[in-house]
Amino acid sequence: MSAVVSTQAQDTQDQAALAKLRRRRQLVMFLRIAFLVVVLGGWEVAARTKAIDSFFFSMPSAILGQVWTWMLEGTAQGSLWEQIWVTLSETLMGFFIGSVLGIFFGILLGRNALLADVFSVYIKIANSIPRVVLGSIFIITLGLGTASKVALAVVMVFFVVFANAFQGVREADRNLIANARILGASSRQVTLAVVLPSALTWIIASLHVSFGFALVGAVVGEFLGSRKGIGLMIATAQGTFNAAGVFASMLILAVVALGMEYLITGLENLLIKWRPAPLTE
Amino acid sequence: MNSDTPNQPAIELERVTHRFTTPDGRALTALRDINMSVGRGEFVAVVGPTGCGKSTTLSLITGLARPSSGIVQVMGKPVAGIDPRIGFVFQHDAVFPWRSVLYNVAAGPLFRGESRQVAFQKAREWVSRVGLAGFENHYPHQLSGGMRKRVALAQTFINQPEILLMDEPFSALDVQTRILMQDELLKLWSNLGASVVFVTHDLEEAIALADRVYVLSSGPGTVKSVYTVNLPRPRIISEVRFQPTFVELSRRIWMDLRQEVEAGFNRAAEVSAVGGRL
Repeated sequence: MSAVVSTQAQDTQDQAALAKLRRRRQLVMFLRIAFLVVVLGGWEVAARTKAIDSFFFSMPSAILGQVWTWMLEGTAQGSLWEQIWVTLSETLMGFFIGSVLGIFFGILLGRNALLADVFSVYIKIANSIPRVVLGSIFIITLGLGTASKVALAVVMVFFVVFANAFQGVREADRNLIANARILGASSRQVTLAVVLPSALTWIIASLHVSFGFALVGAVVGEFLGSRKGIGLMIATAQGTFNAAGVFASMLILAVVALGMEYLITGLENLLIKWRPAPLTE
Repeated sequence: MNSDTPNQPAIELERVTHRFTTPDGRALTALRDINMSVGRGEFVAVVGPTGCGKSTTLSLITGLARPSSGIVQVMGKPVAGIDPRIGFVFQHDAVFPWRSVLYNVAAGPLFRGESRQVAFQKAREWVSRVGLAGFENHYPHQLSGGMRKRVALAQTFINQPEILLMDEPFSALDVQTRILMQDELLKLWSNLGASVVFVTHDLEEAIALADRVYVLSSGPGTVKSVYTVNLPRPRIISEVRFQPTFVELSRRIWMDLRQEVEAGFNRAAEVSAVGGRL
């Protein structure tokens, strides 16, 4: 009897806790929207009342109008979707090639102390160079097409992923490696069955950051010289003093980056499903 | 399978010294002139104060480390690389966290080139033999410490090692779980008949499990004395510790060990005092 009563009491308590959680979520959502309204509304009002010069700073309605026009009538270089696709494909290719190279060399040097000692100094030097300037070289050697943008994106991505893969390999648990060896694993099996999975957490963390770098590489490459892409749209808007065009391109880039971030998180959850689920609130 | 002479002890250390160089260039002697011999099917425990080179001894037998001088022999032959007849249970979790229980247990046969079908078949048997049937598809983080230890035992025993090395395997477990695991170990061992070296800092655990107990002294590690445990088998851990033989032996070894522990403590205190002055 008393057990039944206590279960009911428990239920009531649970419901109260759930209701509290729901209210808090609603509050957070409301405040988020309120913040957005205040910032964008303030911007719009300031521009319309001439408190700021909309020629330089544009205003939200003009930016959305610009996106809308691009969607309906296309940009100066052709349809908007084509520009997005060009930039996205350059980014993805650069991201993919850079990540694979980074993971490969990170693991190779992480597993081989001699190679690591020889090359670490050069990698440090290469990493300290602002790599965006290589864009100019790539445009000269590889031309105005896709290849130069991909190359710049690869260079941007490689070092981030490499550094993380290398560190991930170095942090692999010595006990686990010793255990695998005693259980009978060859050196290759140790790499594949122990080192790679334990470095994966590091590698995937770096993928979040490096996708952003790949996008920067592609856009800057287009900026420096190209016939298509969002970077060119920005350059064109800049050349015609079209502030709304620059902000509109930024908005489009942000949407693309967020979409990809979502996909990478999905990939992460798929690959690291053995990890304990993080505690929620 | 055994091409070597059966009269040879399973493990033999002859005047083994192990030195290593610290990162700041000083040479430290971890072990000095160690002599140890483990017969076939014998269960030997090694106790000693912290830092007396207990774990180093095991590394030398596995071939993960090389002696600076002296000879380490396994089954009558000097150790050269990792011997497939050896199994090792680690102090801390060494199960693969990204693999399920079944895959963890199957790891040994898979590494050694068995087909997936055979390996998983064997693994299923071993998982149920250590009492984890129904948990095949769980990941290690979903198990308790005791259950993870069972996975580690199954992972090691599936390779049917002739030599079993254990480095404080149960030290991280709570007392009740530890006693269960000790019984489990004796049960598995009596079926397998391997030669065991069991390193521990828990004297009672050493006596309860072993045929002989080696007491090491510290700084650098040497064999101080060897005790034979005359307790009949099969033993039940929760009962064996109340037998008069056990109590008497435990008292004798403790008197021996206590000096070492105190000496080790004083030495550590001295070193930190010197370090403080510098």
